[in-house]
Formats: sequence, C-alpha cells, structure tokens
Amino acid sequence: MAASYKNQKIYSSLVVNGVLILICFLWLLPTLGVFITSLRNSQDIFTSGWWTVLPHKENMQTDEIKVDASVNVDEPMEIEGVTATFEELRQGVTLPDGRMLTWYGNKRTRTIIVTEEQWVGFFSKPMTLDNYVDVLTGKEIRFTDASGNEIIRKGNNLGSAFLNSIAVAVPATIIPILIAAFAAFGFSWLNFPGRGLIFTMVVAILVVPLQISLVPILQDYTKLNLNGTFLGIWLAHTGFGLPLATYLLFNYMSTLPRDLLEAAYMDGASNFTIFTRLILPLSVPALASFAIFQFLWVWNDYLIALVFLGDKSRVVTYALASIVGEKGQDWHLLTSGAFVSMLLPLAVFFALQRFFVRGLLAGSVKG
Amino acid sequence: MKNSQDKSSGTTGFLGGLVVTMGRILISFFVPVITFLVLWQVFIFLRDSSAPQIVIVLVAIIWGVAGVAILYVVSNWFVEQLPGPWTRRLQPFVYIGPAVVIMGWYLAIPVLRTLILSFKDEIGATWVGFDNYIFAFTDRIMLETFRNNLLWMIVGTSFSVGLGLLIAVLADRSRFEAVYKSIIFMPMAISFVGAGVIWKFVYTYKGEGVGIDEIGLINAIVLALGGQSQPWLSLPPWNNFFLIVIMVWLQTGFAMVVISSAIKGIPLELLEAARIDGATEVQAFFKITIPYIKGTLITVITTIVIFSLKLFDIVRVMTGGNNGTNVIANEFYLQRFTYGNTGRASAIAIVLLIAVIPVIVNNLREFSKERRAF
Repeated sequence: MAASYKNQKIYSSLVVNGVLILICFLWLLPTLGVFITSLRNSQDIFTSGWWTVLPHKENMQTDEIKVDASVNVDEPMEIEGVTATFEELRQGVTLPDGRMLTWYGNKRTRTIIVTEEQWVGFFSKPMTLDNYVDVLTGKEIRFTDASGNEIIRKGNNLGSAFLNSIAVAVPATIIPILIAAFAAFGFSWLNFPGRGLIFTMVVAILVVPLQISLVPILQDYTKLNLNGTFLGIWLAHTGFGLPLATYLLFNYMSTLPRDLLEAAYMDGASNFTIFTRLILPLSVPALASFAIFQFLWVWNDYLIALVFLGDKSRVVTYALASIVGEKGQDWHLLTSGAFVSMLLPLAVFFALQRFFVRGLLAGSVKG
Repeated sequence: MKNSQDKSSGTTGFLGGLVVTMGRILISFFVPVITFLVLWQVFIFLRDSSAPQIVIVLVAIIWGVAGVAILYVVSNWFVEQLPGPWTRRLQPFVYIGPAVVIMGWYLAIPVLRTLILSFKDEIGATWVGFDNYIFAFTDRIMLETFRNNLLWMIVGTSFSVGLGLLIAVLADRSRFEAVYKSIIFMPMAISFVGAGVIWKFVYTYKGEGVGIDEIGLINAIVLALGGQSQPWLSLPPWNNFFLIVIMVWLQTGFAMVVISSAIKGIPLELLEAARIDGATEVQAFFKITIPYIKGTLITVITTIVIFSLKLFDIVRVMTGGNNGTNVIANEFYLQRFTYGNTGRASAIAIVLLIAVIPVIVNNLREFSKERRAF
C-alpha cells in the first residue's frame, strides 16, 4: 500500500514536471531562435535556419570529379562504379556507400560534385557580434544577402534610440510616482471637502482606454508646441499612469498605523515633514512595485511614443518597429534590434521580479 | 503680538510691519515665479538645443525629476507662509492638486471632448450628427474589426487563462516551481513590438523555388513533415489565430502569477479533508480550487479581456491590419493618423469606452462597498 502510494507519487511528479518542461520549452523556443540568429553571420541567416547551429547531419561537398573529355556525355557513363545518364546525374545519383554524385551545371562543365552526409557539431559556422554593432550605429552598414551580394544600408541608430528610451522612461517612471505619492497621502491622511468624490473619479477612470485621450490631447500638444518633446511624453505617461499609481499607493498608505502618524502630529511635525520623513520611507515596497511596473510599461510602450514623440526622438520600440516596416526581411538587424530592446527590461525584470509580482497582484487593471 | 508693537512704537512700527508683510507676500509670490521661469528656460533649452544627445538626456532626466520635486517644495513652502487656517485649508490641495489636474486633463475631460468630436466631421469643424457612429457600426472594415476583437477576446483570453491556470496548478506540485514560473512569466518584460519581431521570425516565409531553405520555424517543421510552406500571416481568417498565439504567449504569465498566488491562499486543511473523504484530484480541483479562486479568476479574465480589446501593437507591427487582421485600436489609429479623420477616430474611441463601461461600474460598486468610511 505504502509502496504503491509512493510509486504513484513519483509517477505523478514525472507527469507534472514533464508537462511543465514541455510548455517551458515551447515558451522559450521563439526567443532562443531570435537570440541565436542575432549572433549569426547575415549570409548564414538567409540561407539556413537557426537550428542548424545544433548538431545535425548535413550534405557536405567532399570531392569534385572532372569527367574526361573522351567520355560521351550523351550516353550512360560509368563513374565511381555506377553507370548513369546525364539526366540521372543532374538529379543526383546515390552511391552504395551513401555518397551522392550530382552533375554541376550543363553538359559542357563536365563537373560532378560528390557530397556526403556528415555530422556537423555545435556552432559549425562562426558566431559574430557584427549584427549588434550594425544595428546600434547610425552610419552606413554593409552586409551580404542570401546570394552573396553586398548590400549597403543606412544604419538604424538603435544606440541613440536606447538613450532616448532612457530619457523617456526614467522621468516617466519617477514623476508619476512622486505626484501619485503626494496625492495618495492627501487622500488617505488629510481632510478636505470633496475628498470622497474626487477619489471616486480616480477609481472611475482606472480602466478608461487611453485611445479616448489621444485625439484631444494631440490637439492641445499642437497648440502648446509639446509635440515631440520629452516633457510632452513624460506628461502623457504621467497622465495615463497616475490613476493606477494613486489607487495603489492610496491602498497601501491608508493601511499604515494611525498611532504612528498621530504621535508625529502631536510632536508638532508639519504635513510635509510627516510625508517625507515618515510616509515615503514606510511606503518603499509599494513605491518600488509600482516603479518597476511603470518602468516596464513605459519602456515597452509603442502607441504613446508613436503618437506624441514620433520621429523626432526615436525610442527603441519605435526604431524597432520602423526596421520591421522598412527592412522586414533583414533578419540580422531585426533579431539583434529585438534583443537590444529587450536587454534592459529583462535585466530589471529578473533582478526585481518579486517587487514586480507584488505590484501586479496589488492591482492589475490599467487603462 | 504685532498689535502691541504697533501701539508702543507708533507709525514707524506700523509701517515696518506693513513692509515686512508686503515683503513676505512679495517673496512668497516671486519664489514660485522665479522657479517656474528657470524651469521654463531649461525646457526651451531642451526643445531647441543641438547639444550632444547624452548631455540632453542627462539634463532632461535631472530637469524632469528635480523640477517636479522643486515645484512641490516651493508650493508647499508658499502655503506654509499663509496664516494657519489657510495653510490647513489649502495644503491638501497642494498635495492632490497636480494629480487631479493631470488626470483631469489627460483622462477625465478627454472623455467629454472626444464625445463632442465624435459628432463632428473629420476636422472637427461642423456637426454631422450620428454619421460617425453609423460608420463605426456598419462599415465593412469596422465589422471586420469587431469580429477580430471578439476572436481576440474569446480565444486569446480563454487560452491565456486556461494555460495560466494549468501551469499554476501543476507548478504548485513541483519542486522547480520558481524556475518554470520565471520562464513562462518572462515575455511580460518584452515589448509587444519585440514580441512581434520574435514571432514574425517564427512565421517567416521565403516562398517556393529551387534550393530555398525556409528559415522560419513553422515552415521548416511543416516542410519536414512533408507539407508545403505557407505565408501564414497572409492567410485569412487563420492569420488571426496565428497573431492570437502571440497574445497567449505574452499574457499567460500574467494569468499564471495572479492565479498561482490565489491558489497558495487555499487552506491546506480544506484540500486534505477532501482527499481523506476520498475525492480525486480532479474533483478537488473543480469542487474546491476553482470555487475558492473564483474572484481572482474573474479579475484576471477582466484584465485580459480589456487588454485584448485595446490591442494595437501586435497587429500594427505584424500585419498593419491587412489581410483581414484589423482590430478596433488599429482602425482608430488609421482613421486618426493615416486618413486624418478625427470624427471617425473619436467615434471609435467612444466605442472602446462603451465596451469597458461595465467594468467601470463594477469597479465603482466594489470600491463603495469597501470604503463606506469615505
């Protein structure tokens, strides 16, 4: 009885882990493919799939046979112990030992290529960082396409886009948090007329789709000359991030112990002192959670950057999307570009995953 | 105290007091003005300067972050200069004011402005009645977007939530839970544009011809199985499902994390008791786990449905909405930015808003239940 119970446990654990490993494999496969591709030579990328870096059997040319001028190519010929016509040789003739003979070109070449299936090990072709260098630069770049032609393109300057993304994402993360922290403190600890009503409005606009705002806000931006400025896009991200930030921080701050704050008031501390010395330090977990949330959201945003920043200061998502649009088949640039755009969010994500998850659980609905 | 001084030292004292008060008012008036002017000058520098990019980026970050902090400090200082009751009355508004103004400008008021624009023509000049709504609900393209968004909502959401639930339940029984969850969750950190590139490569198609090796994963597998390679993204209506796969890839991690934390909240005794009573794992799952996490499931489903309603980036990058893959948010973008028709774009935005109204009502109801104290 006990043994069978144990067996059953092992069996079910095998099934559970097997299914999970399969799902995880499927989940990683697309990203893995892009990562490996980004490290291959441009010509290799166009001629063979990325999985060919794994060990596999491949037809390799091992020899070349020159057919003697005395042989009549219009009749069956005997080569390497087999007899075949030109037509058969064009199609390829397999020798008993597994090698294959293929006639190269037309009859006059009198050349037969001998190929053999051979095992190719890991990374049989050299890996390179050239694609990354090419995609980061704004200068002219050269690469070879599938048929070996050299192509010259203008670089996509993803390096500069990376800087722009930082210039957008850092303030667009800190500003809404600062403003939301002040507001959340006001809503949770200060008394003023209209408090309930205004906060209800905040809850109401939590899930308003931001498409609602794009048309009128763009009109305002055109009037105020804010289009394409950093200030404009910071404010936009602030506006769209504030309801959730205020709501989350309010939920957190209103649970802070009342005694602590009352003691501080008794000691004659001003609201400002209480906020900066007491509330902010105590709210660090909530602030961090939202900060990661907002940073990833802003860094990965495409729509708001497309509408309010556009071509003036390209951010990485914009730059990457324009490579897709202009050079949709240049996989060496697309794959390395995709990885450049993923670098920072993935690092932030893996380093601070716990905070991120906490933020996600606290409130996951955003407009 | 000021009064007693006035009486004892006569007119000079009174004038002195007046000067001090005037000075205080002037200073409290000028400090904010000067702060504002300085910040404005930096803004002009940032907008028009041709300094090296790294300098602009650094100045921008410092200016943006410090600017907001300084505005709060200065306005708080200004309010604290006022007589006591006024400080108490105005200070809350200094704290909530900026947030309320920005939320009002960016979200609350645009609801009304977009509503008004939706009844006007393409440049917002003349009233056109319900024309834009007639377009929004009868045009062939719009009907196609509705069909596609429904597909995204139903298929995308059910697969994301279903898979998320499956993985959460399974991972709960594994020693390597954290590793599995990290891997499934990872796409959450990737932009939709990046995800678009990743999957475009999976679906890529080179075409037929001698000596052409497919470099896209799907086509290579299809060829290896003896099939024919296909341009997957231009095959309506199936291309919609190939795009939805991307959304499932992105959103399953979210569903899994939230559901997983709810599953961890189920008291162990409850499951133990059920097992002792002879319930099978499947029974325990449907009779205990599911009812227990029902609230969480509804939240997750709502969130993902809203996500799929507003979905834009994936379609924009992968197909641009061509070949029968258009969605509402992309048609909104096309109407406003490609065809320059603000009226139709606004009507489409209002359609999106109408679709989320049930969620708004529900949020408000939950909120008023939670916070009777307000």
